[in-house]
This record gives sequence, C-alpha cells and structure tokens, in this order.
Amino acid sequence: MSLGARVGAAATAPLRALAAALDPAMRGWQRLAGRGGMIGLFLLPNLAIFTIFVLVPIGLNVAYSMTGGAQVFLADRPFVGGEQYARLLECENHLRPRTCRDDTFWTAVWNTARFVVLQVGLMTGAALVTALILNRSLPAKGFWRAVFFFPVLLSPVVVGLIWRWILQRQGLANLVMVEGGLEPVNWLVDRFWAFAAAVGVSVWAHLGFYALILLAGLQAIPKDLYEAAEMDGTRPWRVFRRITLPLLTPNLAVVVVLALIRAVQIFDEAYVLTGGGPGTATMFLTQYIYETGFASPVRNPGLAAAASILMAGVLVVLTLLRLSRQRRAAQR
Amino acid sequence: MTRIWTAIAAVTMGTALGSAALAGDVRIMWYSDGNEGEVMEDLVARFRADHPEINLTLENVAYQVIKEQLPIQLAAGEGPDIARITDLKKEAPHFLDLTPYLRDPDYWRENFGAQLDWMRPDRTDIIPGFMTQLTLTGGFANATLFEQAGVPLPGPEATWDEWVEAAARVAESQQLEAAIAIDRSGHRITGPMISEGAKLIGEDGMPAPLDDAARGFLTKLIGWTEDGRNLRDVWVSAAGATYRPAADEFINATVPYYYAGSWQVANLSATVGDAFDWVATGSPCGVAGCTGIPGGAALVAIRSTPNPEEVATVMEWFAQEDIVREFSERTLFLPAHKAVVEKGGLDFQTDDENARAALNAFVAATGQLTEEAQRIPAWTPASDVYAALAKRLGEAMAGELSTEDALARIDSDIAEAMTAAAQ
Repeated sequence: MSLGARVGAAATAPLRALAAALDPAMRGWQRLAGRGGMIGLFLLPNLAIFTIFVLVPIGLNVAYSMTGGAQVFLADRPFVGGEQYARLLECENHLRPRTCRDDTFWTAVWNTARFVVLQVGLMTGAALVTALILNRSLPAKGFWRAVFFFPVLLSPVVVGLIWRWILQRQGLANLVMVEGGLEPVNWLVDRFWAFAAAVGVSVWAHLGFYALILLAGLQAIPKDLYEAAEMDGTRPWRVFRRITLPLLTPNLAVVVVLALIRAVQIFDEAYVLTGGGPGTATMFLTQYIYETGFASPVRNPGLAAAASILMAGVLVVLTLLRLSRQRRAAQR
Repeated sequence: MTRIWTAIAAVTMGTALGSAALAGDVRIMWYSDGNEGEVMEDLVARFRADHPEINLTLENVAYQVIKEQLPIQLAAGEGPDIARITDLKKEAPHFLDLTPYLRDPDYWRENFGAQLDWMRPDRTDIIPGFMTQLTLTGGFANATLFEQAGVPLPGPEATWDEWVEAAARVAESQQLEAAIAIDRSGHRITGPMISEGAKLIGEDGMPAPLDDAARGFLTKLIGWTEDGRNLRDVWVSAAGATYRPAADEFINATVPYYYAGSWQVANLSATVGDAFDWVATGSPCGVAGCTGIPGGAALVAIRSTPNPEEVATVMEWFAQEDIVREFSERTLFLPAHKAVVEKGGLDFQTDDENARAALNAFVAATGQLTEEAQRIPAWTPASDVYAALAKRLGEAMAGELSTEDALARIDSDIAEAMTAAAQ
C-alpha cells in the first residue's frame, strides 16, 4: 500500500468506524421503512433546520398576526382573529391611501410598488449596459470591474450615510452646485428628489452584483456565433438582439427575480438616507413593518406581523408568476 | 461512561454559567446628551474602588437605542440591570421596586419623592430609581444674530407670535435658512399647546380630543413651516414618530431661535463655545401661560435583574447627596434631589457665562409651569399622544395632508393607540 493510501486510510478510519457502528441500525431501518424511509432519514437533518429556522418562525408570525396589544410574548397577547388584516385592508379606495383606515400602510405599499418598477427597470438596464461595456477589451479591465463591484462590498448603512452626507442641505452635492453657480437643491426634503435619490442610491449600491451575473452570462456565449455574424456582415444592434439578448435571457431572468425580491424588501439604505421622508414619500413596506412592530412608541407587533404576511404573499405571487413564465418559455 | 456524562455535565454547566450574568455583575445602560457619559465613567470607576465585590459596567449607547431597542428588551424580560430612561411612565411596569433592598427607603421618599410618580406604575408606591436630572422644555436665542440684525430680544412675556416674528426679522436680515427650529417631537410642542390653553388630559384621565387651543397652535405651526419660518427639514426629513433634534441647526447658526429644553445647555456650551452668544428664553407665552413641560431622565432598576441586592447598592451609591451634587455641577444638569436643591450653592463647573445664565433662566422658568403641564410627566398616554403629533404634523408639513386631515388623524391615531393599549 502506498504512503498516500495509508494516510487516506488513517484519516478516514474514524468515519469508517462510525459507519460500521451505524450500519446495523441503518440496515434495520431500511428493512423496516424501505427506500422511501431511507430518503426521509437522510433528509431529516436539513428538514429539522428548515423547520426550526423557517417554518416555525412563519407559524409564529401568522400566530402573532392574529393577536392584539403591545405585549411581546405570544402567550400574553389576546387573540383578535383577522382584526389586524381588516385594519390593514379597510379602505374606501385602495388607490388613494389617505382614504384607508391605516393610510401609512397603503402609502408604503404604493411607494414600494413605484420603487420596485423604477428600481428593477433601471437596475436591469444599467447592469446590462455595464456588463456589455466591461465585456469589451478595455484597458485596465480588472480595475473597472472592481470599481463597479466595490459598492456591493459596502454595508447598506454606510451607503446610506455616505449619500446622506452628499445630498443633505449643506452637503457635498450642494457645495459643488453652488461653486458651479447653480442654486442649491434640498434633495432629501423634496418629495421628487428624495424618491429619486432612494432609487438611484439603491441602483448604485447593487449594480455591480447584477452586472457580474450578466458578465458571466456574456462570457459563456460561444465566440464562434459572433465570428459567424461578423463574417455575414451583421450590424451590431442586430447581433445584440439576435444573439446576445436571447442567450443572455436565463441570466437576465435571474437578475430580474433577485432584483425584484431585493427591491420589495428595500429598507436599510433608504431608511438611513431619508428616514422615510419627506413626510412619507420614501416610506417603504419594510420600514412600515419595522416601525409598527419595533421602533414606534406605539408598538403593535400583531399589525406588523399581518403586514409582513401580506408582503410575503405578494413576493410569493411575483416569484410564481416569474417561474411560470420561465417554464412556459422553456417549453416553447 | 460515568466519566463521559460528568464531562458533558461540566461543559454544559460551564457554558450556561459563562453566558449568564454572574452574581455581582451589574450593567448600566446609559445614553448621553452632553458630557454626562464621561462624568459617569469617572463615577463608575470610583464606585468600583469603593465596592470591589461588584463588577459594575457602563454601557454607553445612543439615545435611539434607549427609545427603540430597550423597550423591546424590557418587554422580553432581557436588558440591563439599570438603565437611564426618559419614557418613564410607559416602561414603569418593567422597573424593580428597590424598597426591600434599600437601607433607608425614607431617604429616597424624602429627596426624590416629588418625581417618583413619574416612574411608577399607576396606583403603586414603589421606589424604582431616581431622576438623574430634571429638565424643562424651553427656547434658546442666538443673541449675536439678534444684535447684528438690530432686533431686540423679545421680553419674558413675549408670545409665540412675537418670538416667531422677531426671529423672522433676524433671519431675513442675516439671510438665514429659517426663523425658528423645533425638535421633531410631540413632547416639544406639548408645552406651547398648553400655553395656548389646550387641555390634553380628559376628565377620565384619558387623552381628550384636540380642542380649539391645541388645534390653533398646531395650525399656526404648520403655517410657519409652510411659509418657511419654521425650518422644514427637521420635521419633514423623517417619517412616522421618528425623533429628530434640531440642535445642530442652532449650533450652525442656521436659525436664530431654537425650541428644545434644558438638557441642551451642556451641549450648546461645549459646541458653540465663543462662536456666538446665546440665551435661554424660557417658553414663549400663550393665553394660558408660558409653560414648558417638566421631565427628565431617570436611573431606574430593571425588574429582570438577577442581582437586585447589588443593583440596590449601586443605586444607593449614585443617589448619595454629594454624588448627585457633583454629577449636576459637572454635567450642568438641574438636580432632582430635594436636599441638594434646598441647600443651593451649586457650583456649575463651567466658565461659560451663557451656560450659567441659561441654567438660571431654566430654574426661573420652573415657576411658570401650569397645572396641566405638571401632570404630563406622570400621565401614561403621553407618549402615544407625542407619537401621533410628530407623525401627522410631519405629514402635514410635507404637504401630504391638509391641516384639517392631520388634526383629525391625530385624534384617530390616539384613539387607535388607546384601544390597542387596552387589549
């Protein structure tokens, strides 16, 4: 036996001893439960972790959403059935949040919807353009990739703070504008600019990650397709539409789904940047849930739980829609 | 086999003991407005020298942690052994009754009795702690800017309208951002509402719907924000009931008049320095008075502590007359200790004449408190009212709600909060 084999045998000896010790019990279980039972046994550790960290919290969240009061412990909280959901959903006109009983919730819903549409659209477009540029033969290509990826490494709170310092009334942006002879803008106190800043900062912070996914997709496209197109004299725009875009679709789908989920969950950067203001112009669903459940002097964990269940429902629907479209596309 | 089980038990015990508080451990959660964190560090070091058997640690945190995270910890039966808290009545159910652990409970009743109701659950006579400082809401004026603008400082009987008008003239003359700034907090505007004659506490002790006096002041405040006299940024730059101080705007001379309270004296003294002269103005007047809202921060024992005897020892040490006197003199805080106040002669440790004069002005302003204002600190629903005021006024000032809608929403938000609290 070679030295390597002897070292390998010594290293795996404890495992083999363990397997030998378990073997009779495993055989017994297989005889008793069959093949299906063995699969169940091997899945058990993962299922246990999934149950403890996912299913039980979901169950607790549903239970909390059916209780009232400000107490933290579930056992101390009175059962109120669907009252929290009724409070959230009670509305004269859902398109006009101020007509709703909980107007802040519906304001947050519509703000989040607008944010998702704008941010995901901009993010996907900007990530695609960035990936296309980074895929070309540029000087110092590695440096430029690092430049675009760097913000992804920053903590969202740091991102929010940096941009707050830049955009506040006496911040860097206004200093530059005044030096350039322009009128300063109160970016974070103006409804339009504050919302634009929330979208823009979010795109800036995450662009590198999505660009990297698309860049990987671009580099996986066989070069000979481009060579053939070049030999045929195909124009660049047609090459992009007929070769690049179709072959990049799986990566684009991943980018859209991930960006969509992340956009619906927007909280940290926006919260640090604008605090939800001006007024409620940048109050998003996750901030509503956080403030209702934890930060407000009038805490209502039941209402926060109900809002988070509704938000989870929207995310599930969006994901299922996306998956079914993907499945249909794959079948075609 | 027995040895294996013994080893497992030892490891388990060790882990459990390692993660739990040991007998003799006492942790204070503390926030600072000015230099009181440094003063406390020093006092804690002296306590450790006096009581080596107690491992006292001071955890300095941001005020936001006290406002947002500590209540959750307390509700979950976690948290520190002692904490410095401002939302006293709301958190009172989580406080420890120190009475059985104190060597002389009568000392506490005698010297801190006037404020004990602020930190007790209703209809109890427990001793949960003591006020580290008494505060009073009130205004500050940038005397240098007033002088440069040639606008005389309004007198002690000046109304809110007169102050805003004078400050607006200063702002216009000196090309400032706005005339006044008020912290984004329902607490700050409660005094002005009461000065205008508002009755916030109903006959049943529950919040009364906003009356004409309250609506009148809030309408004025929204108007001052819309026309740019009240600095819009402070109230508009956040959502919900988020607290935003406006001290930096005053320190940066963005506004000539700032309404906050006595706890800002040390901060202004340290940060303004000799950049400009500033004065404390007390609270501007309304038809019913010139009242601020009394309050303050208390050092309270937390019920979930595993070491109540040690906690009581710590509290007794910090509540000593000479320690309270030293703490007040070094932090420029108004003391709540009766004997310290009665003996007088506090030697506030500052060379800043502005700060000394401001402290005297706040002491004088305590004589202006109305009966309604004095009831507020011991009124449990106060924080619910403050939250509704900050949230809806912010939305009205941002132009999202009309004044009428905002006032209606304040009433309905308070009603919802009362319903939830009753569950």
